[in-house]
Amino acid sequence: MIEFSPMISVEGVIYAGAIGLVAIGALGLVLCSHLFRMLLALEIAESGANLLLVLTGFRGDSVAPIIGYGPAGAPMVDPLPQVLVLTAIVIGVGVQAMAASMLIRIYRTYGTLEMAELRRRMELDTAAAAGIPAPTSAQAPAGGRPLPPVPAFRPTHAARVRES
Amino acid sequence: MRNIASLMFTGGLVFLLLVIGAQLAFGHPGMQVGAEYLRVAGPELGAANLVTAILAGYRGFDTLGELSILFAAATAASLVLGHRRSDARRDPTGGLILRAGVELLFPLLVVVGVFVVLHGHLTPGGGFQGGVVLAAAFFLVMLVDPARGLNHALIGWIEGLAGAAYILIGIWALVAKGDFLAVMLPTGVMGNILSAGTLPLLSVSIGLKVGSELAGLMANLSDAEARDQ
Repeated sequence: MIEFSPMISVEGVIYAGAIGLVAIGALGLVLCSHLFRMLLALEIAESGANLLLVLTGFRGDSVAPIIGYGPAGAPMVDPLPQVLVLTAIVIGVGVQAMAASMLIRIYRTYGTLEMAELRRRMELDTAAAAGIPAPTSAQAPAGGRPLPPVPAFRPTHAARVRES
Repeated sequence: MRNIASLMFTGGLVFLLLVIGAQLAFGHPGMQVGAEYLRVAGPELGAANLVTAILAGYRGFDTLGELSILFAAATAASLVLGHRRSDARRDPTGGLILRAGVELLFPLLVVVGVFVVLHGHLTPGGGFQGGVVLAAAFFLVMLVDPARGLNHALIGWIEGLAGAAYILIGIWALVAKGDFLAVMLPTGVMGNILSAGTLPLLSVSIGLKVGSELAGLMANLSDAEARDQ
């Protein structure tokens, strides 16, 4: 049985915020057409996921897992998610560094990070390297047909009568 | 059309996460492992900070893997960025505010970083966190004066020696106790800086490794050539 109890507590707000961060990141990844913005969206989604993971170790009325911190005998939050998130953050740093250096490399080569423009320049580049004519827009008609297509000539009935 | 589809996808994702969250007993983690760590780690390792105790004491092998992932990422990044030509254009030096701020911040950041690394087994923090603070201190200096650069050979040596120290401590434990990276040395009195066996040593080697790794990484990124005009 699933029931959504209204969670108007600090933890509830943080939980909703973490889910919101994941949503913002996912939306940014799908909607953005600029590579650097996509990287930023990935970072936002990653922090939301990390926050969600830390929150799984939350325990009400408890202190940080450090002996001697807080009142003696107080319960402590689960330390294992915190350790795992530390790992996740470090791996995230690796991913970010890798992605940022690739973006620098792309920008240095093609001079843009905008997806559509980047694809156009890459296709031109590939065509030039392969020695074939550069591809035109996908919407262009194939072959040498006139543009726009001329409507077929249909003489009116009166014109045909006059001719005969 | 694409926007509507992505909005629907995100809505579904949020709904899924909310359903999972509603089914979990929020605030009552049911994990046995964490409770066992909380019960055992303090008396067994003598470290006050249980997160560091788990990170370096119980899951030291994971941490070694993590360090190697960071190393692989830094190597791949510098491989992708390539070598810098000697006549390439550099960014201009920082202005007065940045220079004055960095002169003020650099010693503070170094002290805080060293403190966080050395007290990793006592207070919040540890090798990773302190290492990042140290790397940030050196990155600020690079921001002020991009032409100065960083001694890459020295950084490589620090990084390699720190990684080797981590593995050597592990092998020492393997020979003496039969477990790789088992905690050696007497645990001492909890709360003293010389306590918790080899945990402070592991913490220092992690801190040096992460700090030099990240500083080298950021130096590589900021050293990247500007685009030829």
